[in-house]
Amino acid sequence: MSLLLAIVIDGLIYASWLFIIASGLSLIYGVMRVLNMAHGSFYAIGAYVTASLVSWYFNHSTLPAYGSFVLMFLAAPAVGIVLGVLVERGVLRFLIERGELITVLVTFGLLLMFEDIIKLIWGVQSYYAFEPYGLLGSTDIGGLTFVNYDLAMIGVAAVVAVVLWWALNRTRFGKLLRAVIYDRELAVSIGINVSRVFVMTFATGVALGALAGGLVAPSITVTPGLGIEVIVLAFAVVVTGGLGSIQGALLGAVMIGLARAAAVNVYPELELFVIYAVMATVLVFRPRGLFALATSRKI
Amino acid sequence: MRQFDFSLAAIMIGTAMLATGVFVLPAWILSMVVTIIAKALVVISVVILMRAGLVSFGQGLYYCIGGYAVGLGGPWLNVTDMFALLGLAALAGLVSGAVLGVLMCRYREIFFAMFSLALAMILYGVLSQSQALGSTDGFNVSRPTVLGMMLATGQVRTVIYLTACLLGGGVAALIHVFFKSEMGYASQAASENEIRLQYLGASPNRVFYGNYVLASVAASLGGALLALNYGHVGPDMAYWTQSGEFIFIALVGGTGNVIAALIGAGVFEAVRTYALEWAPDAWQLILGTVLVLIVSFMPNGLWTLVRSLRPGTRRRTAIENTL
Repeated sequence: MSLLLAIVIDGLIYASWLFIIASGLSLIYGVMRVLNMAHGSFYAIGAYVTASLVSWYFNHSTLPAYGSFVLMFLAAPAVGIVLGVLVERGVLRFLIERGELITVLVTFGLLLMFEDIIKLIWGVQSYYAFEPYGLLGSTDIGGLTFVNYDLAMIGVAAVVAVVLWWALNRTRFGKLLRAVIYDRELAVSIGINVSRVFVMTFATGVALGALAGGLVAPSITVTPGLGIEVIVLAFAVVVTGGLGSIQGALLGAVMIGLARAAAVNVYPELELFVIYAVMATVLVFRPRGLFALATSRKI
Repeated sequence: MRQFDFSLAAIMIGTAMLATGVFVLPAWILSMVVTIIAKALVVISVVILMRAGLVSFGQGLYYCIGGYAVGLGGPWLNVTDMFALLGLAALAGLVSGAVLGVLMCRYREIFFAMFSLALAMILYGVLSQSQALGSTDGFNVSRPTVLGMMLATGQVRTVIYLTACLLGGGVAALIHVFFKSEMGYASQAASENEIRLQYLGASPNRVFYGNYVLASVAASLGGALLALNYGHVGPDMAYWTQSGEFIFIALVGGTGNVIAALIGAGVFEAVRTYALEWAPDAWQLILGTVLVLIVSFMPNGLWTLVRSLRPGTRRRTAIENTL
């Protein structure tokens, strides 16, 4: 019983983290048809920015400790928005018309570049920002102890999911986005400023990736190579759920999160294996993922 | 009468010249050449798929399968002969490619890319967790026998070098002929438009399957050569950044000709040897920048430059390209 509880709660915590990263990736793909490999770098940059700011905050400021949470929610997404706008305007907008494979390769190039840029800025040493992790205390559930910070991640992910749903389905900008997702050319022809939609989407997606990095920073050691590890996980999630679908990213994250938690608690050797096994199994039965976007046939 | 094939002649002359190098070149260069040929074989396999419009982000899967086939042939199957081990690796690539190909030829574009990535990562996950196979460290490959003889290390190196030259040249020539064959042209047609290919009476799925299996065997042979050369294999061979490196070389060289893959692998390995010493922290930055520039401005790779030098060819205009 307590094993099952541990699997479910660990799985949900892991799923929340995966969902925040994957939702940004999926949003960008849905609107722009760009599978953004550099998403991992934005995640890593978010983690580095947060880790350095948080440790500066605790060492050099006399403000209350809870203020560090405000910092976490603002700093990483802000950096993400700036980087997103720069990358979209500077590189991607020239290449989007050349197809999905070209943009995958270009963003792979960007991922490699960012890996070294991160090392040039932050060096190769590890960063720790453990202070906020302990601030919220811990809770006993059914005889198991969980850190409240981790449990709060589930809440944050739920808020992100609801806000994304609301923004896509209940706002004017969401309507514009859905029009572009449905048919880009038709959207242009009815006067939607698609290039502006692209910048805003890309910046939002990158900000979500950076936010995930920032939120996870206190619970991990921030070291080089962080982004590369994460991006293949995020891919597994969005491909399982169906590229471009936010519901898909949510379902994919929960499935993969639970599968991984089950493996970690029962048979840790299989941890990496199950993640991709879930993805491969889904793809065998639904080649485009669970909630795939419709595509037209090219004659 | 058939036209004289310059590329085929160049491959043969190049192989012969490289093979004579065994008498003059120092040992470390010989070892580097074997590494280059090993990687070039995998790059060729990536090029095979790219010509059919498929980008594999998991070609390291077969690279790793080939390497582990060589490593495990001795302890598990009692195969110690070098040529038998190479044959075993090719067989392992053929069988796994034939099985996974059934699944893979249903996918296109980024779905193919992501699924191939997932398969390679599954193998990486399994190998890096299995303690019997040395987890993430991998294990050492015992020195192979040659035609039943136990040779000294130096002699084995010479045999490996000559085998690598012949294998590299042979595979390159075969693939070159394949590109010029009916199936080779059908692959290019499949990447352009599958439905039109169907109207011409060919099956795109069969074309993709054939290409996939061929690429799997070529990549396994590359992994096998590398295992023989280094005397060590590890799960890193299947990690996706390794596959990314192969894609990088394939794109920089271009998919126009197999020779481009060979030269691309050579330049890459040589530059890396020096760049890692000179600027270890900027290596990926250089790679990434070159990749972005090549993909943006020279989508057919550096081979475009070679082609434009050849007499009788002219640049196609933008309108011709879109037709």
